[in-house]
Amino acid sequence: MLLGDVAHLRTGDKGDISQISVIAYDPADFPLIAREVTVARVLRHLSGVAVRAATRHELPDLGALNFVLEGALNGGVTRSLALDAHGKALGAQLLDLPLDGDAES
Amino acid sequence: MIDKRIIRIGAGAGFAGDRIEPALELVEQGDLDFLVFECLAERTIALAQNARRADPDGGFDPLLLERMRRVLPAARARGVRIITNAGAANPLGAAHAVAALAQELGLPPLRVAAVLGDDVLEAIATRPFPLIDREGTSADLPAVISANAYLGAGPIADALDQGADVVVTGRVGDPALFVGPLIHAFGWSIEDSSLMGRATVVGHLLECAGQLTGGYFADAGRKHVPGLARLGFPLAEVAADASAVVTKVAGSGGLLSLATCKEQLLYEILDPAAYYQADVVADFRSVRLREVGDDRIAVTGGDGRPRPDSLKVSIGYDDGFIGEGQISYAGPGALERARLAIDVVRERLAIVGVPLDEARFDLMGVDAVDRTGRGLPPREVRLRICARAATIEAAQRIGAEVEALYTNGPFGGGGATRSVRRVVAVASTLIPADMVQPRVIMVEG
Repeated sequence: MLLGDVAHLRTGDKGDISQISVIAYDPADFPLIAREVTVARVLRHLSGVAVRAATRHELPDLGALNFVLEGALNGGVTRSLALDAHGKALGAQLLDLPLDGDAES
Repeated sequence: MIDKRIIRIGAGAGFAGDRIEPALELVEQGDLDFLVFECLAERTIALAQNARRADPDGGFDPLLLERMRRVLPAARARGVRIITNAGAANPLGAAHAVAALAQELGLPPLRVAAVLGDDVLEAIATRPFPLIDREGTSADLPAVISANAYLGAGPIADALDQGADVVVTGRVGDPALFVGPLIHAFGWSIEDSSLMGRATVVGHLLECAGQLTGGYFADAGRKHVPGLARLGFPLAEVAADASAVVTKVAGSGGLLSLATCKEQLLYEILDPAAYYQADVVADFRSVRLREVGDDRIAVTGGDGRPRPDSLKVSIGYDDGFIGEGQISYAGPGALERARLAIDVVRERLAIVGVPLDEARFDLMGVDAVDRTGRGLPPREVRLRICARAATIEAAQRIGAEVEALYTNGPFGGGGATRSVRRVVAVASTLIPADMVQPRVIMVEG
């Protein structure tokens, strides 16, 4: 099972911070998502992002997680040389994050 | 006595370049009391400040008058009052221009309020202020262009209390554009933190306009958005306790669902327990969303704590130049030829003495936006070389060396483009709130 089978995502930016929300389609899947989608696995999946610090906020009433990746945007949208300076395309790359324990290499 | 009124407030733009047709649809069919245009990205004010130096009457959003020309006649006919931050670096100049436009259109007399006081360039110059998004202080920034504090909802409510039909601001917190009219309409106390927190939830849901109604959402096979081409913008039906139903005009395209609301509720929120605004520290953890009809979501809950004693300030400054060049390769071996081209350009820039302190070599289709490192060799790839430069001449050389790959590089390069842009960057700091004095000036048109 992949994250995109049970959750949808939206990506935003604030300065040099990328923010990615992960939201269960069915609130019943939230415990699974909360267990599997850890900061470590998000960073391992997005291995090309240089992150200074990462935080995960839990919103059980919404069935959502909120990831805050500091330093992820190459200095922020106004300075970045990146094609996607906002990092808008980051969250979509988590759709194929596997939800099967430690199977991901 | 319980105030049972419902105030209807619409989101007519979620960014400076947003579409105008959905705003007109909202005015004509949304039975609105207020319409908000949010048009000010982080560095827009710095760019506008440069424009104002070139033209003292300029410095506001160049699209403002086009939006007003399209929307104002219908808004005036229906008594819809408009709030916008499109004043950018010159809210007063924008107010005069809107008043003049109303006269030109033959509309009844219009009261246009300008909200001033966000410009804190002089205050920032008095001493160094620690930056909050990086090391150093405001004094370390080269060539500061602008400094603007994020004002709250108070001056917008004041302007409406004074009878403004249109309120034009510079920098204010985006949710405040919606909270201000609600304070005016319901006579709320801005000191009621819990109420301000709940109202901020509603403002935050609306501030990106189409992103609540199915924009930035569709994903084939996963998330279907009907009529995306005719995407309607949202409105909120707000009650006196700041609970609301968010919805859109019947028959408009798009989708307003629990899923779209959850995505937007968390959009650009860092800590959901502490969303800092000028008037309140909002807490989104207790927000409840409930479907109450087709494209109708009830929003209740949310909370707030007293306002912080400092205001966020965005400082715009000159940050040199960025030069860029792109070229495409296709067919078998395309990726290898693009990689050879990178090596060639890197060596040539060294030979001609263009310093590459900070550069990116992107293979579009492989690793330009993908960060998983799992891109497969594509049938075509577009090489993008982009670098920071202190001078415009050095920046021009970046794209020139990419373009020169046509006749001096690997086999089969095509479609080269090049560009140079001057960079206006933004840094953030905090200043004591009492250093900022918002005020309202009314212009009669």
